[in-house]
Amino acid sequence: MNPVDGVAARFESVGYRIGDRTVLDGLDVSIARGRVTALMGPSGTGKTTVLRLLTGQLQPTQGRVLVAGEDLAQLDRRGLYALRRRMGMLFQNGALLTDLDVYENVAFPLREHTDLPEPVVARLVAMKLEAVGLRGAARLMPSELSGGMARRVALARAVVMDPEILIYDEPFAGLDPIALGMVLKLIRDLNHALGITSIVVSHDVHVIGQLADRAVLLSGGRVVADGTPAELASNPDPVVRQFMAGAADGPVHFHYPAGPLASEMLGEAP
Amino acid sequence: MSGHAVSSVLAQFGRFTLFFGRLCAGVPSVLRRPRLLVEQVHMTGALSLVIIMLSGLFVGMVLGLQGYDLLRRFGSTESLGTAAALGLLRELGPVITALLFAGRAGTAITSEIGLMLATDQLAAMDMMAVDPVRRICVPRFVGGVVSMPLLAAIFAVIGIYGAQLVGVELMRIDAGQFWSQMRGAVEWRDIVEGVVKSLAFGVACSAIAVYEGYHAVPTAEGVGRATTRTVVTSSVAVLAIDYMLTAVLL
Repeated sequence: MNPVDGVAARFESVGYRIGDRTVLDGLDVSIARGRVTALMGPSGTGKTTVLRLLTGQLQPTQGRVLVAGEDLAQLDRRGLYALRRRMGMLFQNGALLTDLDVYENVAFPLREHTDLPEPVVARLVAMKLEAVGLRGAARLMPSELSGGMARRVALARAVVMDPEILIYDEPFAGLDPIALGMVLKLIRDLNHALGITSIVVSHDVHVIGQLADRAVLLSGGRVVADGTPAELASNPDPVVRQFMAGAADGPVHFHYPAGPLASEMLGEAP
Repeated sequence: MSGHAVSSVLAQFGRFTLFFGRLCAGVPSVLRRPRLLVEQVHMTGALSLVIIMLSGLFVGMVLGLQGYDLLRRFGSTESLGTAAALGLLRELGPVITALLFAGRAGTAITSEIGLMLATDQLAAMDMMAVDPVRRICVPRFVGGVVSMPLLAAIFAVIGIYGAQLVGVELMRIDAGQFWSQMRGAVEWRDIVEGVVKSLAFGVACSAIAVYEGYHAVPTAEGVGRATTRTVVTSSVAVLAIDYMLTAVLL
C-alpha cells in the first residue's frame, strides 16, 4: 500500500443545484494522495456531477472544490488547463478520437503540449501501449477495437503525460469478465507502481472491494458512508446495506413516484 | 412574437457572437499549424469539387439557353458571353457555391463536431487541457473561409465553359464575338465583387456549421436537428448577406 502523504483533492461543503433540483447538498470529502478512492452510489445520485466538479467542468453553487491546494473557482481557463495537465481522466466509453489511430490517440497529448522529437514520442507511446498490452495494435483505428481494448488505449493516453491524479468514470461498465480483470489489474498496477492518486466512480461493489483503499457512498446528494470497503460491507445503515447487497427495494425505492395504480387501471384521471 | 421568444433569439445571437469571437481569437494559433488547415481545406474544399464542378456546368448551360433566348429578342446574342460571365462571377458563382457548400461541407462539419460532442471526444480533449474550440472548430472554420472563394472561382470558370458550350457549339454564336465581348466588358471590380461575396459567405457558412455542431444537443436527434439548422440558417444568411453586399458594392 502507498503511504498517505496528504490530500490530493477536497470538497468543502459543496452544494450543486440545477434550477430547483438539488443534486449535491453539503458534500465534504477529501481524497487522499496516492490512494485508490472509490465513489459509489445509486444512479442519479450525483457521482458524475462530483467528477465534473473535480475537473472544473462545472462550478459548485455553494462551497468550494480544491485540487492540489488550488480553489478551482479562482482559476481562469489557463490556470485550469495548467492543473488539468496534472490530471488524467478515463471516460466511460474511452472517448478516443475516432479520426486518429491508436498510436496517434496516445501521442495526442504529447503532440499538443510538447515539442518532443518524433523518436521520443514513438518510444513514449510504445512504452505506454506496452503497459496496457496493446503495442501490437498501434495502427488500428478506434472502430476496430473492442470496448475493453478502447478503454485500455484510453488509459494509455490518460497516463502518457504522467499525471498525478487519475479519474476513472465507470471503468468497468459493460466489460466482459476477462476485460474487466485486465482493466482492474491495470488500475491497481498504475496506482502501486506510479503512486498515482486514483478516483474511481463505479457501481460494482464486488470489484471496488478488490480495488479501493477507501470507498465513499453517496445517496441523495450527500455522503452516507465513508470507509474501507470492508467497513462499508458491515455498515448497519439501511441505505448502505441495500446498496451493498444489491436489494431491489429498500430506502431507495424501486418505483419512481406515481399515483395509485388502481385508479390508473380503472381509467380515472391521474 | 412573445417577449420570451424575442429574448431567446437575442440570447442565441449573443451566444453566436461570443463563439465567433473565440473562433477569431483562435485564428493565429491555426496559422502556426498549417497541417491542420491543409487537412480541412482538403475536407471542405477538395472533397466538394465534384459537386461544385457538375453544378457549375449545368448552371452555365442553363444560363446559356436562357440568356440566348432573352438576348435573341433584342438581337444581341453575341453578348451572351458577357451576360454569362457577369452573372456567374458576381452573383451565381458565389451564391450557388455557398448554398452547395452549406449542404455538402457545412452539414459534414456540424455532424462531425456534434458526434464528437456526443461521444465525449470534445470533453476528453478539454480534460487533456486542449481547447476543443481551437483544436477542432477553428481549423474547420478557417478551412471553410479559404475554400469558399476557390470553389466559387472554379464554379464560375466551369459555368462560363458551360455557357460557351450551349451558346457557341449548340446555338452557333460566333466564338470570337462571345469571348472578345466578355473580355471587353468584364472589369476587375466584377471579380472583386465575387471574391468579397464568397469570402463573406465562407465566414458565415463555416461559422454557422461549426457553431451548430459545437452547441448541438448530444443525442442522435440533437445532432440531426443541428445539421438541419446548419443548412437552413446558412442558406438564409447567404441570401440576406448577398442582398446587403450587392446593395453596397453595386
